[in-house]
Amino acid sequence: MWDYTDKVKDHFLHPRNVGELEEANGIGETGSLSCGDALKLFLKINENDRIVDASFMTFGCASAVASSSALTEIVKGMTLDDALKLTNDDISDYLGGLPKEKMHCSVMGQSALKKAIADYRGVQILAKPGQIVCECFDVTDLEIIDVVKEKGIKTTEIVTDYLKAGGGCGQCLEKIEEIIDSVNSKG
Amino acid sequence: MKLVYTDNNATTKTADEVIKEMLPFFGEFYGNPSSMHTFGDKVEKKIRLARNRVAELINADPEEIIFTSCGTESDNAAVSAAIQAYPEKKHIITSTVEHPGINKYYQYLEKKKGYSVTYVPVDEKGLLDLDLLYGSISDNTAIVSLMWANNETGVLFPVQKIAEKISKKGILFHTDAVQAAGKVPIDVKKADVDMMSLSGHKIHAPKGIGVLYVRKGFKFSPLLIGGHQEKGRRGGTENTASIIGLGKACELARKNLPIMDSEVRELRDYLQNQLLEKIPGSSVNGDLDRRLPNTLSIGFDAVEGESILLMLDREGICASSGSACTSGSLEPSHVLMAMKVPFKSAHGSIRFSLSHYNTKEDMDIIIKTMIPVIEQLRKMSPFWKEGRMI
Repeated sequence: MWDYTDKVKDHFLHPRNVGELEEANGIGETGSLSCGDALKLFLKINENDRIVDASFMTFGCASAVASSSALTEIVKGMTLDDALKLTNDDISDYLGGLPKEKMHCSVMGQSALKKAIADYRGVQILAKPGQIVCECFDVTDLEIIDVVKEKGIKTTEIVTDYLKAGGGCGQCLEKIEEIIDSVNSKG
Repeated sequence: MKLVYTDNNATTKTADEVIKEMLPFFGEFYGNPSSMHTFGDKVEKKIRLARNRVAELINADPEEIIFTSCGTESDNAAVSAAIQAYPEKKHIITSTVEHPGINKYYQYLEKKKGYSVTYVPVDEKGLLDLDLLYGSISDNTAIVSLMWANNETGVLFPVQKIAEKISKKGILFHTDAVQAAGKVPIDVKKADVDMMSLSGHKIHAPKGIGVLYVRKGFKFSPLLIGGHQEKGRRGGTENTASIIGLGKACELARKNLPIMDSEVRELRDYLQNQLLEKIPGSSVNGDLDRRLPNTLSIGFDAVEGESILLMLDREGICASSGSACTSGSLEPSHVLMAMKVPFKSAHGSIRFSLSHYNTKEDMDIIIKTMIPVIEQLRKMSPFWKEGRMI
């Protein structure tokens, strides 16, 4: 069984802000049925670019639900500029930590938030830039490079923990390893 | 809170009768069965009785029974013996839905030892493509190994029929009967199998004891090379208490087979029909008829298995899931994927596996709990709206 913190359990069993938000003016969706987890985030943003309300709908495991619930609690009252600075670590920290294999649940929260804010601002998020490396979970080389740089990652397992990349059929693991090596050799 | 244990394909309660039979052999009768004194011989006699009881469950001769430490050891030993018996043959046939206890060993042989392995696919009901199976046999085939019953769905392969065909071609046949033993009748005299794996803790014996049946006449090379125990076929001082416990468990399993086929089957069917009727968007994984009487794998659209299990756990209900998130892997179980179970229900698939200790009250607790749990998770799911999948 996963070693979930009391806070993760609490947010899973008593999730905050569940359901559609009728007055939402920024909606962000991430994940899919085939991935095994998906999050739809609803934001109500006022004329001062401040998030006044947030809600979510999530399909996924306990840590996905808890991460979504935590995210809505964290962003309520934030300005959009502050919200954009939020990272997955903030979500994980709020919950007292997540098992490392479940870090991708917090990444999902961060990604949905960015998409919801882009939706509110009327910015179109174009097709993902870069080349798809992991076909199973639709992850590009640029995403892998970003996370490797940002977290100082040295092994493919950690990349999988964050992005899921390489966690399906495993055919792209060599490619991920090459990316890690090239990022790290460039310093 | 009442414990409702419906995870018997994972492991079973050690029967009280089994524990009672074992206890003296932890304490008073600690002798080594190989020793040349009456004190050790007392243990040896009980082991002989255990061997007879295990043999009776599968209609084998007692000398065809080798005690091992677990199902995985038995599986490994069987494949290892086969490739040692036919070192020139570099091809193995198995299925896509085998247990990791044997599956990973094939992958090792493929990667490190130059073997080619044919993984025979299954259809959406979990049934084997027999034409492809027979068509892939060649002179280079060292062994065909197929599970008797699937641990996740309970689907039964027609092992008896297959074994007959395979043995006519003079090719070794092994079956992993870990899930089948004690749930459906097994008769090695009728089924032409050369080797068969069993595991104690799936049939109310303790963990840490397994069996490999090896047909008389097959030149078996041991996996554990050591002492003369098990007639040189498995070194290491016998796990005396567990062997004695397993013997008792096999005796009980034989007596309980009719109960499996009647009462346990009825409970399983009741649970299945109630869940299907009361929870929309639910579907059974695997063939409904050719299936173990105790197993129900059922998928719920638009919800995820780990979440279901954790909510059941709060009510004292133990079950398993085919979901990725429970195992730490990211894809749903290889069995459900091999059956092409759609993602919408694969991630939300739960396995309930019963034993004769379960009661109708247990089933009613599960049904009563499952309805609001699925409802609650669907309220949260972005893929479910107004009573259906979106």
